[in-house]
Amino acid sequence: MKTIKQALLGATSAFVLFVAAPNLAKADELTLCWAAWDPANALVELSKDFTSQSGTTMKFEFVPWPNFADRILNELNSGGKLCDLLIGDSQWLGGSAENGYYVKLNDFFDKEGIKMSDFADAAVNAYATWPKGTPNYWALPAMGDANAWFYRKDWFAQPEIQAEFKKKYNRDLAAPTTWDELIQVAEFFNGREIDGKKVYGAAIFTERASEGITMGATSALYPYGFKYENTPGKYDMEGAVNSPEAVAGLEAYKKLYKCCTPPGYTDAYMGESLDAFKSGQVAMAMNWFAFFPGLYKDEKVGGDKIGFFVNPKEKVAASTLGGQGISVVANTDNMDGALAYIKWFAQPDVQKKWWSLGGYAVHKTVLNDPTFTESQPFAADFLVAMNQVQDFWQEPSYAILLQAMQKRLHDYVVADKGTAKEALDGLVKDWTEVFKDDGKL
Amino acid sequence: MTARIRKRTGQFFRMRRFKTQVKSVTDTSSTILGEAVARATPAPIASRIRGLSDRSMAWLFITPAIALLLAVNIFPLIWAIYLSFTNFRANRPNAALESVGFSNYSRVLNDPNIWQAMQTTAHFVFWTILLQTLIGFSLAYLIDRKFRGHAFWTTIILVPMMLSPAVVGNFWRFLYQPQIGLFNHIVSFLTGIPPSSFEMLGSVRLSPWAIIIVDTWMWTPYVMLICLAGLRSIPDYIYEAAEVDRASLWRQFWSITLPMALPFIMLAVLFRGIENFKMFDMVTLLTGGGPGSTTEVASITLKREAFESWRTGRASAFAIILFVAVFGLANIYVKALNKVKQR
Repeated sequence: MKTIKQALLGATSAFVLFVAAPNLAKADELTLCWAAWDPANALVELSKDFTSQSGTTMKFEFVPWPNFADRILNELNSGGKLCDLLIGDSQWLGGSAENGYYVKLNDFFDKEGIKMSDFADAAVNAYATWPKGTPNYWALPAMGDANAWFYRKDWFAQPEIQAEFKKKYNRDLAAPTTWDELIQVAEFFNGREIDGKKVYGAAIFTERASEGITMGATSALYPYGFKYENTPGKYDMEGAVNSPEAVAGLEAYKKLYKCCTPPGYTDAYMGESLDAFKSGQVAMAMNWFAFFPGLYKDEKVGGDKIGFFVNPKEKVAASTLGGQGISVVANTDNMDGALAYIKWFAQPDVQKKWWSLGGYAVHKTVLNDPTFTESQPFAADFLVAMNQVQDFWQEPSYAILLQAMQKRLHDYVVADKGTAKEALDGLVKDWTEVFKDDGKL
Repeated sequence: MTARIRKRTGQFFRMRRFKTQVKSVTDTSSTILGEAVARATPAPIASRIRGLSDRSMAWLFITPAIALLLAVNIFPLIWAIYLSFTNFRANRPNAALESVGFSNYSRVLNDPNIWQAMQTTAHFVFWTILLQTLIGFSLAYLIDRKFRGHAFWTTIILVPMMLSPAVVGNFWRFLYQPQIGLFNHIVSFLTGIPPSSFEMLGSVRLSPWAIIIVDTWMWTPYVMLICLAGLRSIPDYIYEAAEVDRASLWRQFWSITLPMALPFIMLAVLFRGIENFKMFDMVTLLTGGGPGSTTEVASITLKREAFESWRTGRASAFAIILFVAVFGLANIYVKALNKVKQR
């Protein structure tokens, strides 16, 4: 009988330990979800300081970009508990705020003395607020980013290439400042033989499945004068989305795609753009600032061989917004730990270290530092870009709006279906239906 | 010839005797095993079971299977039918659920994008089935000749079918790469066209065929296997009788081989038709539905509607329409198949 009692006691203890152990571990552990890319590695490095100060173990769930939205939005929609902290795309703010997926941080910021005025205004508006323009904060700006360009500085500097360009276009070959110049330079390099290899003009975004072609084409649409609405907040898109300026912008993007991208470049996003540049295939490429530190360090094409430039203007100066804010997931079992991480991350010293490791801090202490523009060869361009960024819809229905734009743009640019005007007219029709369904029209 | 027929008849009767002996041994073993199990069953359970009728026993055995079927198949289907009449969106858990009547069905059926996806699916299904049946049957016919090394070649032919669609999709992406891909270089070698001058996956004209080629490469062996089973089921004595009647090889093919293998061919067409109607993985990996929407088959449209646009109600309506279409067509086809079998 005694033996049976002992066995029962042992079994019960084992069961209690088995059930309680994961929860005990959870109290000292935080899982941060983000996309799998260069800055994520920098964040892992940075977070070691948080672990050493707080004793909290940091776990990371990094999802490759093409699956990032699918994976994480599924997680949020199904009420999953995978992420305690989430560095989510700016477009998710509306839906995540309205559906209660993110914790509203206003009271926490007030209590801890975290001021949004310490961060770049454009970043706060884009990465933290919903509804837009109101002081309702659902995230702390974590990673500033915008779409920009890099080019083969060593090719541009070759005297014979410079002479030929000058002869042909009657101006010096330099990093383009307008879209007309960009297309001209791309045409000039396209098909040229450099170092015994045929090269192409530019690598741009054409990806169909997630957001690629929208992020790429808006880098042309915004500078040409594309607007989402005639009056902000009214959803009056006719004449804005499909304005003659927007049509010209889309035509310019298609022209660049048709004339100057490498063969087989029909479904390309960040990875393909980097590959094309690193393999010496293209003279210029577009991509997010987030990749620039890695590119600059690249042994084959970095250092003196690479130059950077902000997205060229046309009628106006504009850049497509990237970047994200860090939010606390409402479903977390470790709310205190998650908020402690946000508090730690908001400190000026941590933000400085974040920038030094390759993360794009948008804290004014970092950005207003007199040495900032000299700290990296692309730092000055980053400041310019962040002051001219425009973002896609951040509405709760952003996913439907994005899918519609992906389809319309890919059909026109890559599949040669219809005209630019027809593509944008179709987009107005699709978006109008979405806003009618949402009761906003 | 008469000697061969006698030999065959002798073999037939020997085989029949052997089967009878085997059956008798099996029956005896089953009885012994049954008695052993009955003896080992604890008395209270045995008495309880003894009181059950055969019908009750049957229900007892099939209830777990039915419960599982209801939970994983029937309930989700009923739930999807219910959702298809609502405005439900899986990414808006707090939004009020409202009935929208047949609005989702009406919008799906009036959506030109959906019809385009259905056309793309029909094109894909038609050509893959046609090519796979023709090539698969031809290969089976050749393999059935039992030439020297046929077992080795059968194994080689079956390899594509054993690979995962994810692997196949990825490596065909490389094969189709215009600058370094083997496919473009082979075409270039054979035709003299520069390899970078055409894009199998990026061209509106070629991309549907690029997918058809890959699916045919992967699944023709499957059709071949079924056809081979059909060809091997045709008794030799029929051919021998035809030879006695001096029927030509061509006549034997049309009057014996094809009609007798037809139920098997039709079965292969049914399996491949259903499978390709819901094709998703390979197309996603090869083109993602692009360029534009050129290769966007119905299942990709459905996935985008359900898990990217999150219009769950409308996606459910589309899923039900697809289900009814496949179910209806498959039923008609199975009836035709049964008629062919009964001939």
